[in-house]
Amino acid sequence: MHRYFLSRVLQSVLLLLGVVVLVFFMVRITGDPASLMMPRNATPEQIEAFREAMGFNRPLIVQFWDFFTHALVGDFGNSLHFKSPALPLVIERLPATLELATAAMLMAILIGVPLGLLGGFSPGSVLDSLARLVGLLGQSIPNFWLALIMILVFAVRLGWFPSFGRDEWKSVVLPAFALGLATMGQIVRLTRSSTLEIRSEDFIRTAHSKGLLPRTIYTKHVLRNVAIPLVSIIGVQFGYMLGGSIYIEFIFAWPGIGQLLEQAIGWRDFPMVQAIAVFTSVAVLALNLLTDAAYMIIDPRIRYGIRE
Amino acid sequence: MDTILQVRDLVTKFYTLDGVVHAVNGVSFDLQQGETLAIVGESGCGKSVTVLSLLGLIPSPPGRVEQGSALFRTPFGQQDLLKLSREELREIRGGQIGFVFQDPISTLNPILTVGEQIKETLTRHLNLSQEEARERAIRLLADVGIPDPELRYKSYPFQLSGGMRQRVVIAIAIACNPQIVIADEPTTALDVTVQAQIIDLFQRLRSAMGMTLIWITHDLGVVAGLADRVMVMYGGRVVELAAVEELYQNPQHPYTRGLLDALPRLDSRETRRLVSIQGAPPDLRLPLRHCPFAWRCNYAYDHCWQEIPELVATAPDHQVACFYDLNKGAPRHG
Repeated sequence: MHRYFLSRVLQSVLLLLGVVVLVFFMVRITGDPASLMMPRNATPEQIEAFREAMGFNRPLIVQFWDFFTHALVGDFGNSLHFKSPALPLVIERLPATLELATAAMLMAILIGVPLGLLGGFSPGSVLDSLARLVGLLGQSIPNFWLALIMILVFAVRLGWFPSFGRDEWKSVVLPAFALGLATMGQIVRLTRSSTLEIRSEDFIRTAHSKGLLPRTIYTKHVLRNVAIPLVSIIGVQFGYMLGGSIYIEFIFAWPGIGQLLEQAIGWRDFPMVQAIAVFTSVAVLALNLLTDAAYMIIDPRIRYGIRE
Repeated sequence: MDTILQVRDLVTKFYTLDGVVHAVNGVSFDLQQGETLAIVGESGCGKSVTVLSLLGLIPSPPGRVEQGSALFRTPFGQQDLLKLSREELREIRGGQIGFVFQDPISTLNPILTVGEQIKETLTRHLNLSQEEARERAIRLLADVGIPDPELRYKSYPFQLSGGMRQRVVIAIAIACNPQIVIADEPTTALDVTVQAQIIDLFQRLRSAMGMTLIWITHDLGVVAGLADRVMVMYGGRVVELAAVEELYQNPQHPYTRGLLDALPRLDSRETRRLVSIQGAPPDLRLPLRHCPFAWRCNYAYDHCWQEIPELVATAPDHQVACFYDLNKGAPRHG
């Protein structure tokens, strides 16, 4: 059990180091980071001065070591735009993104799981058709388009929700739905197909042969087994959501990490972009680790190292 | 002896996209208190569907029990299992009738401890506290011959061998002291040595508990050592029903005789090819108007293609559904 988790932690650390390396070379792949980061209309003298100031004229290996050792302690340098350390600025945006991601994930789970279960329990029924429809729409509707349509209908026409900003609880509803729909679709489809599969397992017939009540069979025997694949997509998707959604935060002017990233790219604020890239990776990796931990709680076969 | 279960004219069909499968076509039999009835036949002959139909365990849709009755006599009265509501059936399943299924690897929930899986059937049917149920589950594990029951109570199915898992499944089946235990090919998925242990266990439990047992199998060797009576099924019908010695010494249906001839014998001296029955089982999607075995039968004559033979008694404990008298070597009716 501990060996399994330990190996996952080690893998994550290695991956993270890989990300830091990538993030470093990403900026230098075009050759000259100084001209990349400076405004287009900067003079050669300005660029040269900037290069000097950032230390871009040093040997690559020295620069890398410098970046790497600082990145490990969370120092990605100063934001070029804000002239203050980049990472704290990213962390500052975290509560907004966390709120949006949590709301989106809750919506996806609270609608997706019951709908998928109901569909899986009664294939071919009206509820099943609805489940399949949500699964299809979730997969096929682009979220930026959905966001615009929802603003038109629910904010402009009906006026039920604000169309942008983060002022009251209602503000989160539209962006969370737009962000969560794709995940909801995935959750519905996975829950439905796993339920169908588990339902016809021999051990479910055994449960029926014991005369257990349907609610016991569904919650204890079916749902717990369905939860195993569900946990993994929920973990991964939540990790991505924590990195912020550029489209959704931009459209709804949601002051989160996605919006910051969009702005940082516009400002050519590469230290900020790098900080966000590493932060997002940490979020995804941490969520993956949490997912693994959850696996071990739900599935004893993993806990005892029978299956990974 | 008292009849504990009286099944009459059971008909079960499956409405599939490929057509209607006539899985069970008018099966009738009696089960006596304390006896072991073996149901034998090839795969797909309707053995399992017959018993699953009795307790509403047929996947539905596509399956449907179309007609018949199954009178279940208990000390508390008599009920027709086929007329009970789902709720009433749930009281009987696991409580008064226990099940053992074929593959102990897939019949236990992989993510619950075996103790939990025994306990839940106890708390469902008996008025036990959690602690009482736990103690009783541990005692059951000991009863079915699992060493270290306290420790094994907390084991997950994947931590046990196939034979141990089947013992757990048996513990679940007998947990609530059921009137009848139905074992559906309980040894088929096991090693030969483990098979013998499981059969021993059943024999021990049967005499200890006075258990009434329905044993479904396609292994006539197992039947000989265990059963009191044997019911041979073919194409969703009972073709022969007899006491076990009678059936082995005096098989009267050509199909039964074919099955017995196909048994390899350890004590035979000459080397011979294993005999098999020619042809394949009937396609159950076709509703038959003649003997289902006629296609493969060496003795079939014109009458066999005109009518479906009914079970008739040829001796007090022997019934057969065949127009041809194998002993006389001639059709039964002139």
